[in-house]
Amino acid sequence: MAEVTLTGVSKSFGPDVALDDVTMSIRDGSFVVLLGPTGAGKTTTLRMVSGLDVPDAGHITIGGRTMTGLTPAQRDVAMVFQQYSLYPHLTVRQNLEFPLKSPLLKTTQTEIERKVGEVAEVLQISHKLDNKATALSGGEMQRVSIGRALVRNPSVYLMDEPLSSLDAKLRSDLRVELKRIQASSGATLLYVTHDQIEAMTMATHVGVLDKGKLVQFGSPREIYEDPVSIYAASRLGQPRINVLPAGLFAGAPVGAEKIGLRPEQIVQGEGEDSLVKRVEHLGDQTRLHLSFKDHELITVTNAHTNLSNGDIVKIRPNNPFYFDAAGTRLV
Amino acid sequence: MAQIRIENVRKEFGSFTAVQASSFTVEDGEFFMLLGPSGCGKTTTLRMMAGLELPTSGQIYIDGEEVGQKPASQRDIAFVFQMFALYPHMNVGKNISYPLLSQGIPKTEARKRVAEVARILGIEGILDRPVGGLSGGDRQRVALGRAIVREPKAFLMDEPLGALDAEFREHMSHELRALHDRMGATTVYVTHDQLEAMQMGDKIVVMNHGVVEQYGLPQAIYDWPATKFVAQFIGSPPMNFLDFHGMVGKGMTSVSLSEAKFDVPELREGASGDLIFGVRPEHIRLDDSAPYKGLVIATEYLGTTQIITFDTPNGLLKARVASTETIRVGAQTGLTFDQRTITLFEAGAGRALLSAANEGVLVNG
Repeated sequence: MAEVTLTGVSKSFGPDVALDDVTMSIRDGSFVVLLGPTGAGKTTTLRMVSGLDVPDAGHITIGGRTMTGLTPAQRDVAMVFQQYSLYPHLTVRQNLEFPLKSPLLKTTQTEIERKVGEVAEVLQISHKLDNKATALSGGEMQRVSIGRALVRNPSVYLMDEPLSSLDAKLRSDLRVELKRIQASSGATLLYVTHDQIEAMTMATHVGVLDKGKLVQFGSPREIYEDPVSIYAASRLGQPRINVLPAGLFAGAPVGAEKIGLRPEQIVQGEGEDSLVKRVEHLGDQTRLHLSFKDHELITVTNAHTNLSNGDIVKIRPNNPFYFDAAGTRLV
Repeated sequence: MAQIRIENVRKEFGSFTAVQASSFTVEDGEFFMLLGPSGCGKTTTLRMMAGLELPTSGQIYIDGEEVGQKPASQRDIAFVFQMFALYPHMNVGKNISYPLLSQGIPKTEARKRVAEVARILGIEGILDRPVGGLSGGDRQRVALGRAIVREPKAFLMDEPLGALDAEFREHMSHELRALHDRMGATTVYVTHDQLEAMQMGDKIVVMNHGVVEQYGLPQAIYDWPATKFVAQFIGSPPMNFLDFHGMVGKGMTSVSLSEAKFDVPELREGASGDLIFGVRPEHIRLDDSAPYKGLVIATEYLGTTQIITFDTPNGLLKARVASTETIRVGAQTGLTFDQRTITLFEAGAGRALLSAANEGVLVNG
């Protein structure tokens, strides 16, 4: 496994700037998730590292080796795409064995069988090993394509939304598995998603991308508890952070334009009146949609609250975030 | 607006039974969710309400009138599909007014109603724009506008947000719910997303393999599932199931799992053999002094809370605890369960055993 670095990487497609001077260090053995909405530059970053695209400026190293001019094959990376691509005429087993059968790797047959068996077990496809790849459901095909990356031992795994086509149950199982595999094997993993649960639960580090710029890089907890901007703060947390004019509540510091309130930053039962507009019972939590001085906000309350539409509940901020006019956090 | 009543409705496609003897009632003005995995019969049920499919047997009543064998055009309902189809050669206003004009409503009246709908949806500014250049959200609003403008008795929606990305979906689900609160129109909404169902619905029907597993209020279904399927399908992570073998009887208030004794709500019926102890992730507490032990095998940070996966003598278990607690993988801790929230199931049929806690929901619900 290896460290990956990006230094001043920029890329434009015609007039569109996809990546703007991105510098990032992905430490050996870390699980880095790139997070951002469609068009933020997540997939472009992945393609730069893989060698599928070439940066306009800047350079990339993997394991201390500069990658300039190297093809994807020469970079020793394993990619998993959102859209699985399997060899349709081969069985699941043959698909999984394929990367190991490369004459360059000289893997023994026993070793191949051991690895394929192990990966199939983890991905819950052992019983399908002798099926034709085309006789699988979409979720199973995606697991095989993840498996094909896992049987190898590349410098770095690159994954582009590998779980987004799977159903909820399988996604949650595979989140735990992927994280476990990564932690126990010490693999370096660069992973793209727009699903914040995946980012929060798997990443050792999250890179928040905004219009091609890397705006924050840190552990999920750092980004959640210490965001640099409204944009970064809005990437993580369900319900989403409430962003309101700072002047709505007393105590805003000089220069504060907006106040950011996550549910745990709103104390209920103290402070000023707000009106309950809607109570959403989600089972484990109950969300309150509140109207406060003509602004809407959403917070979380006890699952068995007696509150209902039209009730008044007092609220007060507790250690809120403040942001300036540009959306930058004031510390 | 309308009440919709489904009675013993069954639908067969050749030898395949898509829906088996379903019965439930959608009350006037309700936002009603049909929830289940793909292939459970929820879309078929919706299509039968609409008249796009005719039931093999059973009755469908709209406002007391039996319409089961009537075609869609005679039912006065509006259907919103997952893929919203707009007329590409017409502008926004014409797309919305089309259903009215095709019904022969005069132009001045149609114009008035389109303006009203545009105001409700906040799209007054784009009525003259071609639909080609619209954003996904605006396209969806136009599609909704076309359904609303007819002032039908009920709206039937088949995963209308299914094709949208997560962020936008959340936004549109709030908007749809707010729209419903303003208009009060009876709405039946099909989804496979349990969170969407919990978030938007006044009531939920949970279906599996063509069978209605349970129907009722979201919180009641979450707290007191009638079957193991419901317990697993609703909630993320789902309810934990600890397998055990034993016997329980009427009036008992505790069960034994691997030598540890746990209090449960007083049972109203007995069962023996393979049984399941069901507990939701947020009802598990970590307590080093507790005799029942679990080994931490994974932690997942979620901001406010974290999910801890334990290996226990009765299988894997996920607990939701505050992120402020520090928990290390590999640690061994004692576990306790909130006794008031426990549901026991028969392992075979997957049916919940009646107890003092759930009988209100399961018998009357």
